[in-house]
Amino acid sequence: MAFRWKNTLKDRDVTDEALFLNRRQLMGAAAAGAGFAMTGQAVAAEEALEPTSWDDITQYNNFYEFGTGKDDPVRYAGALTTSPWTVKIDGMVDRPADYDFEDIMKAMTVEQRIYRFRCVEAWSMVIPWNGFELADLLEVAGVQEGAKYIRFETLYRPSEMRGQSSNFIDWPYVEGLRLDEAMHPLTMMATGIYGRDIPNQNGAPMRLVVPWKYGFKSIKSIVRITVTDEAPVNTWQQLQPSEYGFYANVNPEVDHPRWSQATERVIGGGLFSPRIPTLMFNGYEEEVASLYAGMDLSKFY
Amino acid sequence: MPLTDRINGFARKVPVWAVYILYLLPVPWLLYLAQTGGLGREPIKALEHELGEIALQLLIIGLCISPLRRYLGVNLIRFRRTFGLLAFTYVALHLLVWLVLDVGIISQIWADIIKRPYITIGMIGFLVLVPLAVTSNNWSVRRLGATWHKLHKLAYVAVIFGAVHFIMVKKVWELEPLIYLGVIMGLLALRLPKKRRNQTV
Repeated sequence: MAFRWKNTLKDRDVTDEALFLNRRQLMGAAAAGAGFAMTGQAVAAEEALEPTSWDDITQYNNFYEFGTGKDDPVRYAGALTTSPWTVKIDGMVDRPADYDFEDIMKAMTVEQRIYRFRCVEAWSMVIPWNGFELADLLEVAGVQEGAKYIRFETLYRPSEMRGQSSNFIDWPYVEGLRLDEAMHPLTMMATGIYGRDIPNQNGAPMRLVVPWKYGFKSIKSIVRITVTDEAPVNTWQQLQPSEYGFYANVNPEVDHPRWSQATERVIGGGLFSPRIPTLMFNGYEEEVASLYAGMDLSKFY
Repeated sequence: MPLTDRINGFARKVPVWAVYILYLLPVPWLLYLAQTGGLGREPIKALEHELGEIALQLLIIGLCISPLRRYLGVNLIRFRRTFGLLAFTYVALHLLVWLVLDVGIISQIWADIIKRPYITIGMIGFLVLVPLAVTSNNWSVRRLGATWHKLHKLAYVAVIFGAVHFIMVKKVWELEPLIYLGVIMGLLALRLPKKRRNQTV
């Protein structure tokens, strides 16, 4: 059941950034030349999504397992062994097991999705992910009746993750989603960027991507997925409940207590790049707003 | 103490303008780094943080001057104004980068100053330094007399605000800003009046 969500950009199996950008431009030109059955608006929308460069995507990261500095992950994540890799899927599933990452990849259909990525720190990127829908993986394990939430866990291996030697976070890093959020076609497990294997600093070999939520929800280097009927307490919520909630939906109208979320800085623009307005649900309002119908988003932040 | 004498002798030979030049060199250097990727992938925040940190370091150097003379006999008093004015310059540049490059949206600037405690605190720290910078000249010292010394004690308030602002900027409790605050508190503690002993009741 892959390809539930139709990307407005149709470049698949991209292998090279230069080629990728080239082909995009060709496509844009073709589309603009009425070669495509697209409205002018759709073309404009896709043209506005200019993918961030490989270097920016892979050298400006938050991954506290390797340190709190933005360049700590690219500097130190090389120490992480990502093969072999096992993902334990347990809890309310029909087939609980330690799944080998290679076997997961054999069972999944990998596709490319170009998503906006918005960090809670008010910066953003556009990332061409490769991966599969989380729903497909959950189907393999068989979610049982009565399940309400999914809990995710990052690897805990202080010998290779130097940031885990300091204890300001109660390792391992934990994240969670409501079941309907997890099953949503936009929610994916990313295993690549720009058609290459995802680098360690970006969460190799497999990370979650929830494009309408702040980046910290998109948990990296996952070793455990638990299907449960109670809401997991995610790491950032545990650290600072007044500042970070369970939902963490991108919302320009609900500020972080210490900074505004109305605007964001697009990474890659250099010293004089202006802020741009942040979009409701990071631009995926049409697809996901119904999940939160009737909820007060300033209360469930 | 021959070492003290040697330091003092050397310090007497160093022209004040040389210290200004030396300590203003980081500004063009940081701008060059920011433009060439040397400050990482997001140069605006990096530049802002570097300038703020240098400002705090300069304020700390300023706080060291009188304990150095009092406890070690090292006399660098003639550079105290230099470090104070340099610190003010860096705080002003730090603020400028935040206003122009970082936020750049007038309505959001004002909202941030009002709504965000760490920005409010940083801003107060800057405003406290303004009258000190303005009165950092011989004419003002003569004009204000004893008031001048009282006024310039506000530097203690500014430096504490600066350190607290630095702690609050971080997403989690980080060690570095806490070390800064510790050093500042230690330097201020040296200035506490000694308890008078043998007080006659």
